[in-house]
Amino acid sequence: MATVVVVTSGKGGVGKTTSTAALGAALAQQDQNVVVVDFDVGLRNLDLVMGAERRVVFDLINVVQGDAKLPQALIRDKRIDTLSLLPASQTRDKDALTAEGVTRVIDELRDRFDWIICDSPAGIERGATLAMRHADTAVVVTNPEVSSVRDSDRIIGMLDAKTARAEKGERIEKHLLLTRYDGARASRGEMLKTEDVLEILSIPLLGIIPESEEVLRASNLGAPVTIGTPNSPAAKAYFDAARRLRGETLVVKVPPQRRSIMSRLFGRRAVA
Amino acid sequence: MNLISMFRRRDSAPVARERLQVLLAHERAFIGKSDLLAVLQEEIIAVIAKHVSIERERVQIKLDRGDPISTLEIDVEVPSAAAAAALREERPAMAGT
Repeated sequence: MATVVVVTSGKGGVGKTTSTAALGAALAQQDQNVVVVDFDVGLRNLDLVMGAERRVVFDLINVVQGDAKLPQALIRDKRIDTLSLLPASQTRDKDALTAEGVTRVIDELRDRFDWIICDSPAGIERGATLAMRHADTAVVVTNPEVSSVRDSDRIIGMLDAKTARAEKGERIEKHLLLTRYDGARASRGEMLKTEDVLEILSIPLLGIIPESEEVLRASNLGAPVTIGTPNSPAAKAYFDAARRLRGETLVVKVPPQRRSIMSRLFGRRAVA
Repeated sequence: MNLISMFRRRDSAPVARERLQVLLAHERAFIGKSDLLAVLQEEIIAVIAKHVSIERERVQIKLDRGDPISTLEIDVEVPSAAAAAALREERPAMAGT
């Protein structure tokens, strides 16, 4: 049975699109049939992060409005053939996305894929509520920083109130994905601690993704980090997160702190 | 991670720059105007539909927006004459769409 996952956060710039691409690719690399869907109408970027920006013909709005059939709009990944992308429209505005249309598209995707991963736009407006509408599971992407945690709390409230599952009185699974985690800053006490974020938001932890140059490089090249540098700590964290999404129980590894050349030379080490 | 990959690792920014330049050149050109490739695609399908009835889902369109050239690949399943006639009888409304 297909699982619909929404990757959401409220706040912009925390890593939703990067995480959608990496989690989607990781699941597909584990032989799951995956589609990643961009809900950010007017400001699409998932196509760019997936490296498919030159191949977009039709988009989600075209399918919602019946101008194209779903198979025509799906873009098959060139590296992993169990991975597809349904891009957002760049030229239309958000009002073109109707609730009925989204329901129809998600239903059709459920027949074709094991995982439907919806990349939510930032904010709490229409695009974000439609992206979470049919979710069975939510991945709440949060940075260890006050405004991100606050916005995540708001989003968690919306997941429990405005999704189809919530309205039917069913439970929606929620997971915390802590991104842009900087081990060195955390150990110096400059960043909110993982335990603090978990205690405040009180949802289970899906993974901790270290802030890393591999993630930036992945966007530059248009290759999700799990494809581009599968052995990097960030990619490993995403692979583990994907396995947890599939129901495995794994201990969450805290990324090792990166140490600067100076601190390596002089052996200065903050007490963890 | 060997020495070569250590050096190659720095090369991602120029790739990002090039990808953005190609993408934005296309996007800027199409704001407010219709996309030439989209127009071509519509008209080519319309021309084919004038002669045979084709089903929308039997049309696969592939696109690669590049610099200096883009490619548009339209793959239409054209039914044989007999099948086309049967299709027309069955669903007259589809003809010419």
